Amino acid sequence: MPVATHLHNLQGEDMARKTIDLPYQIEYLSIFDEEGNLDEDLEPDISDDLLLDMHRCMLLSRRFDERMLNMQRQGRIGTFALVQGQEASQVGSVAVLQAEDWMVPSYRETAAIAWRGRQQPVETMVKLLLYNAGFYQGSASEREEHNFPTSVPVSSQILHAVGLAYGSKYREAGEVVMVYFGDGATSEGDFHEAMNFGSVFQTPTIFVCQNNQWAISIPREEQTESKTLAQKALGYGMPGIQVDGNDLLAVYAATQEAIARARKGDGPTMIECVTYRLSLHTTADDPTRYREDEEVERWAEREPLTRIQNYLKQKELLDDKAIEKLEDEIKAQIKDAVEEFENRSEELKDQALTMFEHIYAEIPAYLQEQRDELAIELEGASSE
Amino acid sequence: MVEALNMALHQEMDSDNDVLVLGADVGVDGGVFRVTEGLIEKFGEQRVIDTPLAEGAIVGTAIGMAAYGLKPICETQFSGFSYYAFQQLESHAARLRWRSRGTYHVPMVLRTPYAAGIRALEHHSESRETYWAHTPGLKMVIPSGPRNARALLLSAIRDPDPVVFYEAKSIYRAFSEDVPDEEETMPLGKAQVQREGADLTLISYGAMMRPTLEAAEILAEDDGIQAEVIDLLSISPLDHETVAASVSKTGRAVVVNEAPRSFSAASEVVARLVEKAFWYLEAPIRRVSAPDVMVPLFAYEQAYLPDTKRVLRAARETLEA
Repeated sequence: MPVATHLHNLQGEDMARKTIDLPYQIEYLSIFDEEGNLDEDLEPDISDDLLLDMHRCMLLSRRFDERMLNMQRQGRIGTFALVQGQEASQVGSVAVLQAEDWMVPSYRETAAIAWRGRQQPVETMVKLLLYNAGFYQGSASEREEHNFPTSVPVSSQILHAVGLAYGSKYREAGEVVMVYFGDGATSEGDFHEAMNFGSVFQTPTIFVCQNNQWAISIPREEQTESKTLAQKALGYGMPGIQVDGNDLLAVYAATQEAIARARKGDGPTMIECVTYRLSLHTTADDPTRYREDEEVERWAEREPLTRIQNYLKQKELLDDKAIEKLEDEIKAQIKDAVEEFENRSEELKDQALTMFEHIYAEIPAYLQEQRDELAIELEGASSE
Repeated sequence: MVEALNMALHQEMDSDNDVLVLGADVGVDGGVFRVTEGLIEKFGEQRVIDTPLAEGAIVGTAIGMAAYGLKPICETQFSGFSYYAFQQLESHAARLRWRSRGTYHVPMVLRTPYAAGIRALEHHSESRETYWAHTPGLKMVIPSGPRNARALLLSAIRDPDPVVFYEAKSIYRAFSEDVPDEEETMPLGKAQVQREGADLTLISYGAMMRPTLEAAEILAEDDGIQAEVIDLLSISPLDHETVAASVSKTGRAVVVNEAPRSFSAASEVVARLVEKAFWYLEAPIRRVSAPDVMVPLFAYEQAYLPDTKRVLRAARETLEA
C-alpha cells in the first residue's frame, strides 16, 4: 500500500505536510436508463433465456410482495419487509451466482430468494409465507442449496458471509459468497468489521449494499456524510462500485466483474446498488410520516420492472401480450402457493412442541423435562 | 493448565484438518497467555489465523466458518472483551441451528480467560458465565485444572454445538497435574464428584474449586466432617442430577463461585436443589460468592474474592443450622 510507504518516508528526511496520493475513485455504472437509452458499448452479453428468466423472477417477486401485503392486511400473515422497487438490485446480482455459490440474505430479499428457488417457485413462496406467518418451518432449507436463512439484526449477517467464504477458500471449493444488506447497515460496526476481515483475508465475498434511500425514517443523507456508500470499500483496500440499482443490466455487469475477481482469488468487492424502497419498510411502517409522495413518484418513474420490460421490448424479446400471459401464469402460481400455505399452516399449528427441537444437537435432560412439562400443559389446554 | 490446553489444541489440529484457530495474537505471539504457542509453526497461517482486532468479527467469522463445515476455535484475549461479540453469540451462534431447523449448526468454541486474582487491569477479572449460560443454544464450560481442561477442550471442539469455554487465569499456571499423553475426553454437561463425603455437599467450579477443596480438607481434619465436593465443569447444560443426588444424601449444601451473587450460576444450582431435593434438606442452602459489585482494581481484589475461610464459615454455619 502506498500509504504506509509515505508515512515511513515522512518520519525520515523529509518532514513536511504533504499530500498522500490515494489512487482511488468510485465508478458509477448505468447501462439502460429510465428514458430507455441504452449504452451499447456497456451492454452485457446475456442470453435471451437468462434475460427472460430474470424478468420473470422480478415480476413474480413484485406480484408476490403485493399479495403478501394484502394477506398481512387481512391478518393471514404477520409483519414482513417489502421488496418493491429493489427487484433489479437483487435479481441482477443473485443471477450471476452459480448453484454451488452461497447467498446470505438480510430480511428484505424476497426477489433474491425467489431466484435461488426458481426451480420450485411455488414451494419457495410457500416457505416465505410460512415464515412470515410465524412458522419457523418456513426457514428450513436443504444444505446443498447454500442459502442462509433470513437474518434480522441489521448487518450482523455480513460477518457470516466472510466466514463462509473463508471456508470456501480454505477448502479450495471455488464457491463465492454473496451477502445482502442495506444503506442503514453501513453504519453498524459488523459491516465495517466484515469489510475489513474480508479484505485482509481476501475472501471471495460479494458485499451487495442495496441503498434504498431509507432506513425506516432515516434518509440516506442523514445516515452518513459519505458521498457514496461504495467509497467505504476504499477504506478497506477493496474495490467498490456504485451502480444504478434499478438497471438490471448495470447490476448484472458489475456483479459479473466482482464475481470474476473473487473466483480468480483477487478478493472481495462491494457493490452499492442505488435503488429505492417504493413501499413500506415493513407492514408495521407508515412512510407518510417521514417522506413526501412527490419523492416516491419521482422514483416510481425509474422503477426497475418497467425498465427491464422496455429493454426486452426494444430487443423484441417481449411484448404486452407475452407480459399478460406471464402475469396469468404467475397469478396461478401465487394462488397455488397460498392454498398450499393454508394447508401446511393448518397442519403445523398444533406442533408447538417443535420449539424444543434444534436447540442443541441432542436435547439435554433438563430441557426434556421442560418439554414434558409443557406437553402436559398443552394437552390440558386442548382438552379444556 | 496452559500446557494442557496447548496440548489439546496440538492434538486435535493434528488429527482434524477442519480445526482452525483464530483470534488476535494467537499466531506468531502464541496467544497472550501462550495457550496457542507453536501452532502457527506447525499448522500454518491458514489454520492459525492472526486476525485484526475485532472480537465481534472474530466470533462472527467463526460462525460462518462453522456453518461451512469447519471447526473454528476462536479466542478473545479476556472475557471482558468478549462483549463486542455478544450480538454474534446471542443472535447467531446460539440460534443458527434452530433458525435453519437443523440445516446449519455452529460447531465452534470460544476460548476466553476469565476470573480474578492476577492483579490485572479493569475488565480483565470478571466472571460473567451467566450471560452465556442464560442463552439457549450455547454451552458454557469451565474447567478447574490441567487434566479436565485438556479433556473438556477436546470434547468442546468435537461438540456439534457452540461452546463458550472459560479458562480461569488464576489457575493457568498455579499448579501442575499429570495429563496422560493418550487421548482423554470428558462429557459436556456432566459434573464430577471430586471428593466423597456424607455430611455436607460443597458445589463449585473453575478457580474456586481450590479453596473449596481446601475447605473440605480442613473440615475433615479439624471438624471430623466429610464434605462431598462437586465440580460442575459445565455451567450449561447444568448437571442437576449429580448435585441433587449428593444433596439428597447429605442434606446440606454450600455453593461457591466468584461471580456476583445475584442471578448467578450459584443461584441456578440453589433453585434446582429447591425443586429437586427440598425434602432432603436439613439446613438452608448457602451461597459463597462475590458481592454484587464490580471486581475492584487489584488493591482490593483479594478482599473481593471468596476464599477458603469464607467457604469454611458458610459450611460450619450450615452444619450447625
